[in-house]
Amino acid sequence: MYVIIVGAEVGYHLAKALIKEGHEVLVIDKEAEPLSRIEDELGSICSQGDGCDISVLREAGAERTDLLVALTSADEDNLVACQIAKHKFNVPRTIARVSNPQNEALFRKVGIDVTVSSVKLILENITESILTHSLTHLLSLEDSNVQMVEARILPASPVAGKRLRDAVLPAGSLVILMIRNGAAGGSDFLVPAPDTLLQIDDRLIVVVKKEQEEALLAAFVTG
Amino acid sequence: MNILIAGCGRVGAQLAMLMSAEDHQITIMDADSRAFSRLNTDFSGTVLVGDCTSEASMREAGVVEADAFIVVTDHDNANIMSAQLAKHVFNITKVVCLLHDPERADFYRAIGLETVSPTLVVAQLLKDKVIG
Repeated sequence: MYVIIVGAEVGYHLAKALIKEGHEVLVIDKEAEPLSRIEDELGSICSQGDGCDISVLREAGAERTDLLVALTSADEDNLVACQIAKHKFNVPRTIARVSNPQNEALFRKVGIDVTVSSVKLILENITESILTHSLTHLLSLEDSNVQMVEARILPASPVAGKRLRDAVLPAGSLVILMIRNGAAGGSDFLVPAPDTLLQIDDRLIVVVKKEQEEALLAAFVTG
Repeated sequence: MNILIAGCGRVGAQLAMLMSAEDHQITIMDADSRAFSRLNTDFSGTVLVGDCTSEASMREAGVVEADAFIVVTDHDNANIMSAQLAKHVFNITKVVCLLHDPERADFYRAIGLETVSPTLVVAQLLKDKVIG
């Protein structure tokens, strides 16, 4: 994927994560200083300019971009960057950082995929199609000691083609739901039983203690 | 008419005074209270300190009762966000947005926002003064 990130301060972290996954990234910022840190560490992936400016986005290759992520500290700048990307350059997916949660409604109304505050949430928004070797965090429970996560069964999964009871689950974790691609293109929801056969692309919703996440990852994803 | 103006800079203040002189009910908002010093004593409307990109501030400014909303701050992106807030969240029919960047003005006009862009008009006027 080719991803344009607007806003270098928070963008640095996202750029790093995306490059690690093998994607092409360009970071745009008005200021040279936050960009130079990225250049030093990640290479020539920066462009200094106003990410809300149509000519700047054009030069950045917005037309061929798969995703634009606007991460500046100003909600209005993120709004404009995403709208221009979407409606001028037909960028298929746009994600905006929204600092004031009250603004979320407006962002959604104009067709922007929204995330609030942390980079973690952004990563999880794009996790489904990109980051494959991790659990998607859905919900924190019990003061964040317990997490509800989603694990996707990939071809390389140790339990692909096996039954749920064959998975070495960490103690105290609970698989509460399975989502499977349905015949007609939608999703089927099932409550998995021990003898449920796990297929590639199945998604398992699991409740797990924070310290057991690694073990869960090993059981379902990495082996 | 009941009109809400966001931005009490030079343009906003002039606009507020013009409309107030024509007996419209004007409320003008600005994030900086010092901006209201631009209004002369003939201004008979209401002033309010607030952020036009904040839903709560806009509500406090009475946007819901407004017949028209005009946003004229110095910051194009704030104007865009505020105008769309008025249009899509508060469903105000008459929304006008000042945009200094002509490219952005064209773009937003194309997606349905009523925009006024002084830049090209002024450039043309200045050119006419010199070249005629």
